[in-house]
Amino acid sequence: MELLLTLLTIIMTAATPLLLAALGETITERAGVLNLGVEGMMVMGAVAGFGGAYLTGNPWAGIPFAILAGMAMALLFAFLTMTLLANQVATGLALTLLGLGLSALIGERLVGQPGIKLPLFLGIDPLIPFSFLLTGLVSWFLFRTKAGLVVRAVGNNHASAHALGYSVILVRYLCILFGGACAGLAGGYLSLVYTPQWVENMTAGRGWIALALVVFASWLPLRVLAGAYLFGTISILSFVLQAMGLGIPSQLLSSLPYLGTILALVVISGNKALTRRNTPASLGQAFVPDR
Amino acid sequence: MTAPLLEVQDIVKIFGTLKANDNVSLDIMPGEIHAFLGENGAGKSTLVKMIYGALQPTSGNMRWHGKPIKIQNPAEARALGIGMVFQHFSLFDALTAAENIALALPDAYDISGLSKRIKSVSKDYGLPVDPHAAVGDLSVGERQRIEILRCLLQNPKLLIMDEPTSVLTPQEADQLFVVLRRLAAEGCAVLYISHRLEEVMTLCSAATILRHGKVVARLDPRKETATSLARLMVGAEVVQVKSTALAARGAERLVLKNLSLAADGAFATALKNISLSVAGGEIVAIAGVAGNGQGELFDALSGERRLTRDHMLQVDGRAIGKIGINGRRKLGMAFVAEERLGHGAVPELNLSSNMVLTRHASDAAIARGMLVHMDQAEIAKERIVKNHDVRKGKIDPEARSLSGGNLQKFVMGRELDRNPGILIINQPTWGVDAGAAAAIRQAIVDLSRLGSAVIVISQDLDEIFEITDRIAVISRGQLSEALPASELTREAIGLLMAGAHEAKSRESSHAA
Amino acid sequence: MRLEKRAERSPTMALASPFIALGLTVITAAIIFALRGINPLNGLYVYFIEPLTALWSVEQLLVKASPLILIGAGLAVAYRANVWNIGAEGQLTAGAIMAGMIPVMLPNWQSPLTLLLMLLFGAIGGMAWGSISAFLKNRFNANEILTSLMLVYVVQLLLDWLVRGPWRDPKGFNFPKSITFTDWQLLPYITSGIHLGVVIALVMALVLGFVMTRTLKGFEITVSGLSPRAARFSGFSQQRTVMFCFLLSGGLAGLAGAIEISSVVGQLQPQISPGYGFAAIIVAFLGRLNPVGAILAGLLLALSYIGGEAVQTALQVPEKITRVIQGVLLFYVLACDTLINYRISGLSAATQVRV
Repeated sequence: MELLLTLLTIIMTAATPLLLAALGETITERAGVLNLGVEGMMVMGAVAGFGGAYLTGNPWAGIPFAILAGMAMALLFAFLTMTLLANQVATGLALTLLGLGLSALIGERLVGQPGIKLPLFLGIDPLIPFSFLLTGLVSWFLFRTKAGLVVRAVGNNHASAHALGYSVILVRYLCILFGGACAGLAGGYLSLVYTPQWVENMTAGRGWIALALVVFASWLPLRVLAGAYLFGTISILSFVLQAMGLGIPSQLLSSLPYLGTILALVVISGNKALTRRNTPASLGQAFVPDR
Repeated sequence: MTAPLLEVQDIVKIFGTLKANDNVSLDIMPGEIHAFLGENGAGKSTLVKMIYGALQPTSGNMRWHGKPIKIQNPAEARALGIGMVFQHFSLFDALTAAENIALALPDAYDISGLSKRIKSVSKDYGLPVDPHAAVGDLSVGERQRIEILRCLLQNPKLLIMDEPTSVLTPQEADQLFVVLRRLAAEGCAVLYISHRLEEVMTLCSAATILRHGKVVARLDPRKETATSLARLMVGAEVVQVKSTALAARGAERLVLKNLSLAADGAFATALKNISLSVAGGEIVAIAGVAGNGQGELFDALSGERRLTRDHMLQVDGRAIGKIGINGRRKLGMAFVAEERLGHGAVPELNLSSNMVLTRHASDAAIARGMLVHMDQAEIAKERIVKNHDVRKGKIDPEARSLSGGNLQKFVMGRELDRNPGILIINQPTWGVDAGAAAAIRQAIVDLSRLGSAVIVISQDLDEIFEITDRIAVISRGQLSEALPASELTREAIGLLMAGAHEAKSRESSHAA
Repeated sequence: MRLEKRAERSPTMALASPFIALGLTVITAAIIFALRGINPLNGLYVYFIEPLTALWSVEQLLVKASPLILIGAGLAVAYRANVWNIGAEGQLTAGAIMAGMIPVMLPNWQSPLTLLLMLLFGAIGGMAWGSISAFLKNRFNANEILTSLMLVYVVQLLLDWLVRGPWRDPKGFNFPKSITFTDWQLLPYITSGIHLGVVIALVMALVLGFVMTRTLKGFEITVSGLSPRAARFSGFSQQRTVMFCFLLSGGLAGLAGAIEISSVVGQLQPQISPGYGFAAIIVAFLGRLNPVGAILAGLLLALSYIGGEAVQTALQVPEKITRVIQGVLLFYVLACDTLINYRISGLSAATQVRV
């Protein structure tokens, strides 16, 4: 029983960063923007979160640092893709490459420093209930509020939204920033809770997995939650199996999350009925108001 | 005399170097249906977008009930009581009708309350709409009703309608006129944009005519003829297509036999049991309301989507249903797509490269083996530009920089240049100015009279009656029997557009 | 500030934009140096100029540039077609594994054929690994960006397992490395510092340049990327294009992997590339998605690697600055590309509205 509880705690810890980042990206993509830079925003959040906690000595202070770092990166992305109308795919890749490089340079002196773990609150780490709350809030926002309706409208058909007088660019800026804040927080979670230290490239592809999760969840927040826990379980499973020493090469087990991601994409993307209604129709397209 | 509801005074709008509106003035009285006429590109849309707050004028004023106003955005326009029904609807496929309507209302979010209001207003005006239906699943007529309801729910004082009947059957259009007349009787003004002069003459009590961004006439359309209105719009006599009567029917060149094709994608139409034969020397029209399978039929005929059985499509006696588009081109077929930019031509490529697009398989001079000969493509391009009077600023400009009419002349000319035995055209003069439209129609007639079989898919009944010999109607993926144009009336076609032949063909397919 | 769409692409800006981007990157680098208390001019000199002043370092530059050019040219073609292969690093690894198989399995086989087969196997390995993403895209509509990236991690773990397990050099003191390659298992050198791989890379880029401008295949790729619907109208199959692009870019990445292990690295080990597959994404964009442009861009990216090493030794700046400069460069390239299709109408537009 105790083992099971421990296992559950570990799974939650593995799932939470994926959930946070994927929720943010869900909002971004619902508005019709494909930000492939989640990995870059996340790793910047990780280094900033750790750095903030290290500088102030207070792990809580790391959280706003992480969020702001993610938002700063997101702002860069938004400026390029929304204001300068740069290609979203290329800019997202650039954001990831820059984030990985910049975090390594900034975090150079933080490598090997002892980490400070975020204290528990009533026995659990407070960001876990927060991530559940956020899932509910995002779902409520998207499907029960006028603002959420506007976000979905902008993502479905930006020309129509513009014709009705909504500012497509402003809506998208805000959604991109929200996505950045969530990715930054997810990164902060990694360096403040998951493994409380700073290691270069410590996101290890989690940003990309979060992106795949959004597709897997067909842009529905509750399915994002389910997907994040599924992936959390898979990644913990590989640890557990390694510990059991079954003679399976550890490399094969480590590749499970990545293979699982591919499998999930294949299963979901091939199913047109599942993706039909929710796929934001103008995803990834630049918006240029016509005359 | 009552005071005007809206006064538009000396509006100028400049885009870059183009003066889209040049000192346009316009008065609209309460309760009047005011026609706003002009050719494609005359500047009508620009002006109504400024009235709706979607664009800001470069200079000039507007007055509403005599008071000067500046409409900063569509929400302000709607708050004043200005509603607009767009030609290309401003709807969201993935959202429900109620959600679509909520997006245009200032009210707080309350879908269930709104659904009730929608039901009562839609019943009152005879505009049936299911608030919970996803818009992507609805027909064009139903979508327009949502657009209209969206305006009606705000108790409009001025309703702007941009080409509302171009997507409707004649009967649906008549129903729309009933609604518009009732609104006018209730005191709501309507600014009515159309190029269908007959309906303007019966519906509207005032008209403003725009040409090249300038107002050229203000008049009472009830006292005019279609010809006199057309002359004012175009600024010259409208050229009539010269057509000789169809001689004895030639041999069957193109035969469709029970052509069926499954729907491709979420909101597409399936083609069901389509049969048709076209002889050399004749032009057959495929009429119908947008979204009834015209695009799918074009793809099936062109081979962009291959058919499942060879015999479904026969050309000069050969069964070729499974052959792809280039194989069909090599058999003398040619295709002109509806969408010029992004289907018939690549916007970002120059005209020479766009020659290669449809000619690389059928024209050995342009592409042989693995190599492309751009010098030959350029020669062919020059020939087409000369023969079809394509006007352009540079020697070899990008396709996107040409006007609609000139680009259409180019993509038509690219195919006519090959003297195709069979020509399939989707919407030959959509969004094209009158001069270019006349030239294109003449070219189609000339080609057919030399012995080619031509299919014209069109939603424009005037065009269909002007140039085609027989007419078939497509509705929900089914095609009616093609009958001689001389034996058909608009009303008869309207019934077919609404699907009158579908039941019949179901019965016959059961019998078979 | 507002952007106004140009009626046509500006050819002047198309040529100028990479240079404007480079200029802005140099300025940014100067700022980073200044922030670290280093004289910016000195920093820039050590980073960007000094490596070009000695013959040996120029040779090293060419050697480093060759995988970048090879991969970048292939990616340029794929991106032209809107096929987003970002897993070139994985295809490089797959190529290295396939090529390395020959000397590992047949350590004593020494013939010119050995090398030829290694290069061929490398290309095949990259093609095979790339074709997985293409297949998943065509068959299941799975996003190729995500699958190709996930496959990078998978194949890197596979290599890790190989060199720690079955392919480990038995006499290698338990280091995770294969046997060291010799003679015909290595590329010949044409000067003291330049191996045959450099020539292969340059030739491949030029050939691709020809393919893109003069052949029907190049036309097909251009049209597919600009307008998929028009490509179908032209009779080109979207699925075939996706597969072709992955085979081409994957094959070239695999070839680059084979070249790396048969020259600079000389054996199989857990890490065989300092991220060439990702840096080549920058090469492709900096070269304006033109295979010939990738030659210049590849040289510049190679300079950024060598400059990074130089500032580390000379000025004690961590070489991590390399990746920052590469990332910043890509940002500027993308930002400057806007100028090709749009013109900035700042103040004039604002005053127009007021009139």
